[in-house]
Amino acid sequence: MKGLVARRRNPIVASMLLLAALLGVGGVYAVATTAAPAEAVATSDQTAIDEGKRLYLEGCSSCHGLNAQGTSNGPTLIGVGAAAVHFQVSTGRMPMAAPAAQAPEKPTDYTEEEVSQMAAYIASLGPGPAIPTAEQLDYSDADIAEGGVLFRINCAQCHQAAGGGGALTNGKYAPSLMEATPQEIYEAMLTGPQNMPVFGDGTLTVEDKQAIIAYVMDLQEAPSPGGLALGRLGPVSEGLFLWAGVMAAFVGIAVWIGIKAR
Amino acid sequence: MSTTEKVGESVATYVDQRVGSNRFLGRSLKKVFPDHWSFMLGEIALYSFIIVLLTGVFLTLFYKPSMVEVVYDGSYVPLKGVMMSEAYASTLDISFDVRGGLLIRQMHHWAALLFIAAMSVHMFRVFFTGAFRKPREFNWVIGISLITLGLGAGFSGYSLPDDLLSGTGLQIARGIVQAIPIVGTWGAFLLFDGEFPGTEFISRLYGVHILLIPGLILALVTVHLMMVWTQKHTQFPGPGRTNDNVVGYPLMPIYMAKAGGFFFVVFGVTALIGGLVSINPIWIFGPYTPDQVGAGSQPDWYIGWLDGALRIFPNIETVLFGYTISWNIFIPSVIVPGIVFTVAALYPFLEAWVTGDKRDHNLLNRPRNAPTRTGIGVMAITFYFLLFIGGGNDIIAITFDLSINAIIWFLRIAVIVLPPIAFLVTRRICIGLQRRDREKMLHGYESGRILRLPHGEFIEVHEPLSLKERAVLESAIESYRAPLPAPEKVDANGVANKHYRRDMIRYKLSRWFYADDIVPPTRQEIEAGQAHVSHDAALEAPLHEYDEDETVMVPFHGGVLHTAGEPATNREQLEERGGNL
Repeated sequence: MKGLVARRRNPIVASMLLLAALLGVGGVYAVATTAAPAEAVATSDQTAIDEGKRLYLEGCSSCHGLNAQGTSNGPTLIGVGAAAVHFQVSTGRMPMAAPAAQAPEKPTDYTEEEVSQMAAYIASLGPGPAIPTAEQLDYSDADIAEGGVLFRINCAQCHQAAGGGGALTNGKYAPSLMEATPQEIYEAMLTGPQNMPVFGDGTLTVEDKQAIIAYVMDLQEAPSPGGLALGRLGPVSEGLFLWAGVMAAFVGIAVWIGIKAR
Repeated sequence: MSTTEKVGESVATYVDQRVGSNRFLGRSLKKVFPDHWSFMLGEIALYSFIIVLLTGVFLTLFYKPSMVEVVYDGSYVPLKGVMMSEAYASTLDISFDVRGGLLIRQMHHWAALLFIAAMSVHMFRVFFTGAFRKPREFNWVIGISLITLGLGAGFSGYSLPDDLLSGTGLQIARGIVQAIPIVGTWGAFLLFDGEFPGTEFISRLYGVHILLIPGLILALVTVHLMMVWTQKHTQFPGPGRTNDNVVGYPLMPIYMAKAGGFFFVVFGVTALIGGLVSINPIWIFGPYTPDQVGAGSQPDWYIGWLDGALRIFPNIETVLFGYTISWNIFIPSVIVPGIVFTVAALYPFLEAWVTGDKRDHNLLNRPRNAPTRTGIGVMAITFYFLLFIGGGNDIIAITFDLSINAIIWFLRIAVIVLPPIAFLVTRRICIGLQRRDREKMLHGYESGRILRLPHGEFIEVHEPLSLKERAVLESAIESYRAPLPAPEKVDANGVANKHYRRDMIRYKLSRWFYADDIVPPTRQEIEAGQAHVSHDAALEAPLHEYDEDETVMVPFHGGVLHTAGEPATNREQLEERGGNL
């Protein structure tokens, strides 16, 4: 101790104290900054909800009501969940350009961030299906054949066996699945947009949904083994091709042979 | 002896020295067929039928007509491990595991569609040219039978793969059988050996598809061609062609070369399409199970009109003594096709009765020279086409962004309103063309040369018709028939006409058929008219040397040259000449 007292005026002490102070401040700062993100998430959640509400009031509230309670022009959005918002807005179906039998797909004006802000706002109003996680959307291990069976049982009667879409009553329709992403398909099954029924996890489990997605992705990507697919619309486009293409060609050839004989 | 005759002769001699068939072949190989491109439409049907037979034999080697449930273990991954019938599994094997199988299967299907399309087009030709008239009525009936059999062959083949699409078609077929009052339910049980789909239907259908119907078609095609052979082919009117001769080329070598070449063209194009264009991708539709159905389920095109009738028919049913009669199915899918095919088969006899025409006809009508028949044909095609649209109403709705309900309502009205309009419009067009033909026969054709007369008037020079065109137009004389005379209630001897009412109906129908036809000019009138036109056209030359100072009075077709310095209208000129040009 005596030695320490004796050395307290040593010139090195000042440097040591400075170093210690710096380390202390830096350490506290480091701790403080690592703690900060947790707080920041909480605040940005609220920011997202606020921002989402602002976007909602701008773009959606005229039909769905100022508190998403629904009006005569649009249903309530309380409890539809983030998945529904993401599906409808990111595919451009909402907001609708004009009243119609069904909201058509179109390019969306919202960024991915804005969509998730609106989704956060709607999700904050009541519990509903959340946007599927990357894990749920991973269909790499799914059984395509099982997906095909499920697709034919649950989907083909509206979306057509090849996923090309089909007509419903009074101008409504089941859209083509040829451009749909796994996330859109998953969200559609989860939330049942427009005329589509809801296929909750009790009806189609997560594995079932993944299998269906795998099958639809296969339909999208698989080449047509038979050649030109004619839109895979079945006998209508085949008949059209037969008459407008083949039959017309043969009549043309018959005329040609007829002329040559003269 | 021309080169072509020499070739025919030498081939006949070669065969005769070996088979001793000179008397038959010597005549037959030199048999003359008239030439026109539309006479080759029936050949397309014949050739596509041959392709169907050849490819069909290949398919029978690998197809298994069995409804035994198996687990698929072929090379098409999206169906691996799925339960399906052996029929469907073997069709998948043909498509993916048999070398060349998919090509042959697609050729078979395309050729089948083509077969019926070509028969239809051939039928249009025969109908619109009146080739079905006496003595060829029976061959027309055989033709209608062939089309009916073709539909049966097509539908039975469409159903064999036992995929989701064809199973849906069978389900509808069963519904149609059930809709027949009284016997329907039992009929369906009989066909399917009990409840749908049962385990028997595919093997039963297989026998029908590969044996019964092809056998019948082959037999009828043979009779069809033999009748063409013995009755000789009809021909279009032209120079030197009469009702009693056949102008054309000998079978050997000209027709053999043309027909043989055409066969290879048809075969080649069908093979090309079979290889390049997908048809009936059954692997996408999946195996049939009765609890599934796909949107956009359609029959092949030739059944489309029946499906359309079924789709647009209003939902009417009655309950009688506790039994439901489904008019909404029975009428569009049993009554309507029944009427259509019966009327089609009987048409030659109906027309002969109405027109009272008992002459033999080896010279074809130009469609315009039978305006009512042409109108009826276009009316039938319009009716068919509207129902055909109905069969694809869902595809049309989604493709063109329309409401399916709106399409159905449009068709319900259009199918009644549009065919009569099509009839009237077509008939009027034909009569208009007849009028123009009459003009041409009397006044030559408009040459397109415009002439300016010295007094400033413009006229168009008419030229006489060519020999060929004149022969074609003059066929109107042969085609024309006055309506039947009105029947008398009591004949000259005072005997009452027992069939007065029937005759009256016939008289009215005959008037409807013929009354508006344009009466063609007589041969003398045509002769005079053409001579006049020739004369006028010849007068065109001196006109160029017209001298202003001299008084020239040249009568000219469409106008009269007048005295220099004295402008006069045509009317004044005519009056001056006593109305005589």
